Amino acid sequence: MNQLMNPRRTEKIVFFFLLLSTLVVVLPVILVVGIIVVRGSSVLSWEFLTALPRMGMKAGGIFPAIFGTFCLVVGTVVFALPVGIFSAIYLSEYSKRGRLTRLIELAIVNLAGVPSVVYGLFGLGFFVVFLNFGASILAGSLTLAVMSLPVIITASREALQAVPKSFREVSYSLGATKWQTIRHAVLPHALPGILTGTILSLSRAAGETAPILFTVAAFYLPKLPKSVFDQAMALPYHLYVLSTQVPNVKLELQYGTALVLVALAVLMNIVGIVIRSYFRTKKQW
Amino acid sequence: MVEKIQVQDLSAYYDGALALKKVNLTIYDHEILGIIGPANSGKTTFLRTLNRMNDFSPGFSYEGSVRIDGKDVYRDWEVPQLRKSVGMVFAIPTPLPITVFENLAYGPRRHGIRSRKRLSEIVERSLKAAFLWDEVKDRLHESAMKLSGGQQQRLCIARTLAAEPEVILFDEPCSGLDPISTAKIEEAMRELNKQYTLVLVTNNTKQAARVSDRVAFFLMGELVEIDETEKVFTIPKDERTEGYVSGRYG
Ligand SMILES: Nc1ncnc2c1ncn2[C@@H]1O[C@H](COP(=O)(O)OP(=O)(O)OP(=O)(O)O)[C@@H](O)[C@H]1O
Ligand SMILES: [Mg+2]
Repeated sequence: MNQLMNPRRTEKIVFFFLLLSTLVVVLPVILVVGIIVVRGSSVLSWEFLTALPRMGMKAGGIFPAIFGTFCLVVGTVVFALPVGIFSAIYLSEYSKRGRLTRLIELAIVNLAGVPSVVYGLFGLGFFVVFLNFGASILAGSLTLAVMSLPVIITASREALQAVPKSFREVSYSLGATKWQTIRHAVLPHALPGILTGTILSLSRAAGETAPILFTVAAFYLPKLPKSVFDQAMALPYHLYVLSTQVPNVKLELQYGTALVLVALAVLMNIVGIVIRSYFRTKKQW
Repeated sequence: MVEKIQVQDLSAYYDGALALKKVNLTIYDHEILGIIGPANSGKTTFLRTLNRMNDFSPGFSYEGSVRIDGKDVYRDWEVPQLRKSVGMVFAIPTPLPITVFENLAYGPRRHGIRSRKRLSEIVERSLKAAFLWDEVKDRLHESAMKLSGGQQQRLCIARTLAAEPEVILFDEPCSGLDPISTAKIEEAMRELNKQYTLVLVTNNTKQAARVSDRVAFFLMGELVEIDETEKVFTIPKDERTEGYVSGRYG
């Protein structure tokens, strides 16, 4: 018994289990990405990225899906970023600490955990049907925006609250008004954090299928959307369709699409991380 | 002598706990009033009531009145206008993490000055008045965080001047600085005195003796004594003052 409790041995056992847990998390990710890269890179070509699909998606490229996802991401930013920043400013700078505020905060935290399909159904009911936008880029972007908002608001509030109190005091002591203080002494220093949070939540939104399923995604649309009221193809949904709805699609085509989707998410995450680390090294407080 | 600030029966509380007790005093135009007293005697609380920075302290409340130029700070003054007229330099240097120039331009820009030429003039004039111009004139567009502590504090003084105040409140402005930086700041204060009314809170009685025209001694939230500097340090009326200035406690 005494020997079993030997601290050095405990140390080793703990280390082993910690390492094991980490491997359990990391290995599947490496495997998945590895397989996607190996099998998908064979179809990657300029044509695959820039051409329209042909022959019921069994040949040609995936450009409409890339373009559609791009439109959705842009649309999501346009709606979610201003609303997210403004409500974060309201919550962290203006609202009185009371029961209502706490309730709102609790609601926001919980909204972040709501399954994406619920957002999809909400988008269908509210944007597509009630506001009569139809299945469209507009409705899809709004749905993704609503889904991203809780994360953007939370990240923005944290970024705003991380700005030192002394910046605000200095600004006020020089005769600035409250809004001037927020606009010029707080927001600029919170922006890197806000942008990082936003980009990370966008990269999640870009890869979601459920919210766009009923609100924008077209099954097969070998042309580009002309306005925000058009339907569009999108990468995650296209991948789903290729994998389950169309018989006899070359497996490589599916892996290629997956690779593009993963690359997009990775790219956005890298941008987010670069922004964060750039400002972290520059930050001096 | 013109009366600039009149404080009447001012009491202050944090969550009901007394921090200032019925303070009465007058500050004259173009004087330097030194405020001395041991820790927790209410010096900072008093100072921050003059420009309403206490508004940000949770649980703060007050009784009595503070008038500046005859107008009550809590009733008659627009708060941003009050803080522009009554500038403040904090104990710890608080440069914003932007360039020297932008730090200086912060106040003027908020008050609506856009012209680059006007801003440059204000920046130069303020830096000169704070005896900092020669050291930073080639570094105006570098981050203010790169300056030394003493330079940062003079930058903060210059930034306060750039907002064109009439009164400047200093809360232990030299507490973290070396003797040479301290001497430079004291020199700047004596020079500023020609144009501005200064209130200097300091833990350093010698500094108060060197710089101020009059000195107020606070103890446990009470104003014990206020008089000409010489008198306070040589023939104080109250024995508690005598005890403090002679170094018996504090
Ligand atoms: N923001 C605050 N919230 C609650 N109590 C406070 C606050 N600021 C000061 N106090 C209390 O009020 C009293 C006076 O404090 P004040 O800071 O005015 O003293 P001071 O003379 O400036 O002291 P020091 O020399 O240490 O700076 C103290 O008892 C202090 O604990
Ligand atoms: Mg103090």
